[in-house]
Amino acid sequence: MRGDVAVLGAGMHPWGKWGHGFVPYGVAAARAALADAGVDWRDVDSVVGADTVRGGYPGHVAGATFARALGWQGARVTSVYAACASGAQAVGAARAQILSGLADLVLVVGADAAPKGFFRPAGGDRPDDPDWLRFRVLGATNPTYFGLYARRRMAVHGDTLEDFAQVKVKNAACGALNPNARYRARVTAEEVAGSAVVADPLRLLDICATSDGGAALVLSSMEFARRHGAADPVRIRAVSTVTPRYPSTVLDLPDIATDSAVAVEPAPDTFRASIARAAYEEAGIAPEDLSLAEVYDLSTALELQWYEDLGLCAEGEAAKLLREGATALGGRIPVNASGGLASFGEAVPAQAIAQVCELTWQLRGRAGDRQVEGARVGITANQGLFGHGSSVVAVR
Amino acid sequence: MIAGWFAGDGDGFRLLGTRCSACASVFFPREDVFCRNPGCPGGDLVEVPLSRRGRVWSYTDSRYRPPSPHVTDPELSWEPRALIAVELESERIVVLGQAVPGVSTADLAVGMEVEVVQGVLNEDEETTWTTWHWRPAEVTV
Ligand SMILES: [Zn+2]
Repeated sequence: MRGDVAVLGAGMHPWGKWGHGFVPYGVAAARAALADAGVDWRDVDSVVGADTVRGGYPGHVAGATFARALGWQGARVTSVYAACASGAQAVGAARAQILSGLADLVLVVGADAAPKGFFRPAGGDRPDDPDWLRFRVLGATNPTYFGLYARRRMAVHGDTLEDFAQVKVKNAACGALNPNARYRARVTAEEVAGSAVVADPLRLLDICATSDGGAALVLSSMEFARRHGAADPVRIRAVSTVTPRYPSTVLDLPDIATDSAVAVEPAPDTFRASIARAAYEEAGIAPEDLSLAEVYDLSTALELQWYEDLGLCAEGEAAKLLREGATALGGRIPVNASGGLASFGEAVPAQAIAQVCELTWQLRGRAGDRQVEGARVGITANQGLFGHGSSVVAVR
Repeated sequence: MIAGWFAGDGDGFRLLGTRCSACASVFFPREDVFCRNPGCPGGDLVEVPLSRRGRVWSYTDSRYRPPSPHVTDPELSWEPRALIAVELESERIVVLGQAVPGVSTADLAVGMEVEVVQGVLNEDEETTWTTWHWRPAEVTV
C-alpha cells in the first residue's frame, strides 16, 4: 500500500541512565508527542507499542502498558517486537492501519531501561536459540561483531583507526547540540585513541553505550491532518521492514556462520543495502534526493558501512566521504545530526522511533543549533537482530 | 554443546555440517529439519564434514569478560581470546570460531590460511566441553 501519513507530533524522554522502569520514559515521550501534535489522548484511535523484552516481558506488554498508564480509553492496541527494528515495525504497523482506514490517529511509543554493560540473552540452557549459542560457544558479544566488521573494512577498503575516531568526533559534536542526548560533551580523536580496546580494533569510544530512553510519534491520515489545521506536515513516505535473501553471506549478529553460497548465487545487494533500496523504491526517491540520514551507529566503523549501503557513496568510499566533511553538519549529506547512538546509547525499542523524531524536527526546521539547512527529505536506517530490516523515509 | 557439530581427533578433526540432497546447500551449524533455500523443494539433509582449511575473513577479540551463558572462572583474570571468521572456499561459507590459545589478534591478518583443530571450551570437575579452534596454518601448537 502506498501513500503518505502525517507526523503530527514527536516527543522524547531524554536518554541517560535514570534508574527508572521503562514505563515512565514511554509515557513522558507519549505526552510530549501528544502535546506537540495538539491532540487529546482520548481522541487517539490506536496505540502501537514497540516492546522491550528484558524489562517488559513477561509481565508487561508495551502497547497495553502505555495505554493503561496514559488512562484506558478504548483505543485499538498493537505491540510489536523486532529487536532493534521494533520501533520501525511499530511505525510500519501504525502506517498500515492509517492507510487502510482502520485508524485516523495513532500513537507510536517505544521505551527501555537497558541493563549496564553487554547485552546478553535470557537465562537458562537454550541451545535452540542462536543468540544464546554465540555467547555460550564463542563468548561473542555484540562488540565482537562490530570488531569483525571494522577489521574487514580496514583490510578491504583501507579504513584506518583515525577514520573510525573521526566518526565519533563528528557525532559527539552533534550530540553536544542535542538536549535529548545522553552524552553532551565534544570528543577528540586523541580521547578515542586513548580509550580502552573493547574488541580489536574498536575502543570504548568507538562503540555505543546502553541507555534508558523513550521516544514517541503521533501519526495521522493526511485528511485528519488537514482537518486538524496541519496543511503541510512532515510526511512518512516509506517504511522498509524487509528480511534478508538467501544466501545471506555477510556474517551477522547473532550467527556463528553465514549461509553457504554453494547452491544459490548471492544477490548483488547485501541485507543492509537491500533495506535502504526497498525504502528508496517505496518512496520513489534516490540517494541524491536526501537532505540528511540518521543511521544505526552501533560502532563508528558500522556508520561508515551504512554510507555505502545507503548509496551515499560507492563501495569502499565511505572514509573518503567522511574525510571530505560531507557527512558532518554543514556538509553535503549530514549523517546523524542528532548525535546518533554515539551520543544517545541504545534503548532498543525506542531508537528507531527516535530517528524518526529527529527527521521530523529537522524537516520542520526546528532542530535548533543542529539544524540541517533546507532539509526536505530524510532517511533512517537500522537493523534488528534475526533479520529485521528498518528504514523510514520522511519528506516535507 | 550441540551434538554433531564436529568429530574426529588430531588430523582427522572436522567440523560437521549438513548438505541438502536436493539443492546441495550446506548448513553449519547443522540444519536437520528443513533446507533453508527458498527455491528448494526440500531434500534429505545429510551430514558432511567441512573443509579443514580456510582463509581469515576477519578477526577480533573480547578484551572484557563476556557475560553468561559464556562460562568463565571469575577467580581467574580474564585473558582475551581472538575470534576468527573463516571463509571455506569449497563450501562458500564463513564460520566463526575462537583462535587456539596463545594466538592473539596481533598474529592474524585477513586472508591468512587457518585450519580447524579440536580445543577445550571450558571444564569443571566432572566435564570437559570440547569445541573447535582455528589455528594459523603455519603455527604448530
Ligand atoms: Zn535444498
